[in-house]
Amino acid sequence: MIDTGDTAWLLVSAALVMLMTPGLALFYGGMVRSRSVLNVMVLTFVCLAAVGVVWLLFGYSLAFGDSVGGVIGDFGLAGLHGLGERTVGPPGHQVPLLAFVAFQLMFAVITVALLVGAVAERARFWPWLLFVVVWVTVVYVPIAHWIFAFDGYQAPHGGWAANKLHALDFAGGTAVEVNSGAAAVALALVIGNRHGWPRQAPRPHNLPFVMFGAGLLWFGWFGFNAGSALGANGVAATSFVNTTVAAATAVLGWLVVEQLRDGKPTTLGAASGAVAGLVGITPGCGYVEPLGAAAIGVIAGVVCSLAIGLKYRLGLDDSLDVLAVHGIGGFAGMLLVGLFASTGVNSAGANGLFYGGGLDQLWRQAVATLAALGWSLVATLVIAWVIHRTLGLRADRESELDGIDEAEHAESAYDLAVHPSRRGVGAGGEVHR
Amino acid sequence: MKLLTAVVRPFVVDDVRDALERLAILGMTVTEAQGYGRQKGHREVYRGAEYQVDFVQKLRVEVLLDDDLVERALEAVVKACHTGRIGDGKVWVTPVDTVVRVRTGERGSDAI
Repeated sequence: MIDTGDTAWLLVSAALVMLMTPGLALFYGGMVRSRSVLNVMVLTFVCLAAVGVVWLLFGYSLAFGDSVGGVIGDFGLAGLHGLGERTVGPPGHQVPLLAFVAFQLMFAVITVALLVGAVAERARFWPWLLFVVVWVTVVYVPIAHWIFAFDGYQAPHGGWAANKLHALDFAGGTAVEVNSGAAAVALALVIGNRHGWPRQAPRPHNLPFVMFGAGLLWFGWFGFNAGSALGANGVAATSFVNTTVAAATAVLGWLVVEQLRDGKPTTLGAASGAVAGLVGITPGCGYVEPLGAAAIGVIAGVVCSLAIGLKYRLGLDDSLDVLAVHGIGGFAGMLLVGLFASTGVNSAGANGLFYGGGLDQLWRQAVATLAALGWSLVATLVIAWVIHRTLGLRADRESELDGIDEAEHAESAYDLAVHPSRRGVGAGGEVHR
Repeated sequence: MKLLTAVVRPFVVDDVRDALERLAILGMTVTEAQGYGRQKGHREVYRGAEYQVDFVQKLRVEVLLDDDLVERALEAVVKACHTGRIGDGKVWVTPVDTVVRVRTGERGSDAI
């Protein structure tokens, strides 16, 4: 028997998470130069298309099908064939399986879309699309299986981190955040720094885009986190409150660091702080109390803000700070679950160090995090390197300097000239004014 | 005839226009301009990374004048632009050989 309330919330949550990807396109698009904004936006947006097809054909099956040794699912659900009538969930709280499929699809989409931040302003379109398909299959799918696939929820056997290790990751601190942060480092290493960076680090061309994008991310994150309860229930409400509380304290934490370090609180800092807090609370949102969430948020805001300088010290052009905001934020969030988790909030969780659980949960969190980090880093290095060496992941120097939008897509984002400098040349060759 | 050119802060341009209108000077051309003077641009910070912005946004105001109006116009423009802080801009006057009103073909003072 399907629970319509739970189903409605899960479908709405899937839609909210979907909105995060165009939100991310705005967030990223505003942070690059005007000559690269379309490339960054379309690389982000196209993840919805590419991952959607992968998910249909085999991605969902490999992530949530019956487990092969706890490492990856099988092909039993490939093509999503015949799933229309199936339901999942505990008795009395069943939802259609396809609602869960859709929800998890959006997680896969946003995770690979985050990686655009590492290659912004210099990645070629088709090689990127191939990278998306291969990366989701080889890197995202197994890690999602480890952490999200529970025994008996969808298939008899699930992933090792969820069922053997019992690491707690409510909404994807490992599969989404740590994973994307580690992969971003690998991608940036392979594709190389932008020309002139860091001597001529580019300025963001549209901070209003960044603010609007951050707002959409915050909004969509309610689906991401509270939707991960997979039902309209108390844990969903707790996650919802924790999500917004952590984002709030992280904004303030980031801005205080800026005031002390740079002398001014900035717009980009407020937007970045919100994202850092949302990242930080993601793994723990369904396991901690609101005051714990507030603490996690402020720690994430301060730590991520300080981590921004890391790329300059490493000399690694992770252009839009995927490592600092998602990698470090996710890593901190995963470990903080081991401190702040409480079974009083969620009986399916565990007690962290501050709630009498000792160090037991902390090491479980660390093992899951390091496993995701290691696999993501190594596998992404190999995938990116092979594509870069064969097809060329990076645009040539002239395309990058003249503007990758024009070189890769034959488009430009803005036409602010008063003079009619562009003549329309129709398909038949005739000139239109 | 003279051409008065002023490079001014964007927000003072309405004051400049009002001041010139009080002198019955009824035309001006305004263009967006960028540049720097003594202040050498300004500093911006994005995610902790500092940027030196060399060129400051300004407006360039150009007014054609009869010789006898130049001194009063110059005074009015300078007064309208003055804040006393760095970045107030510059005003200069250059001689003009010929002016033609396109609509009527009038020349010289008649065309202003």
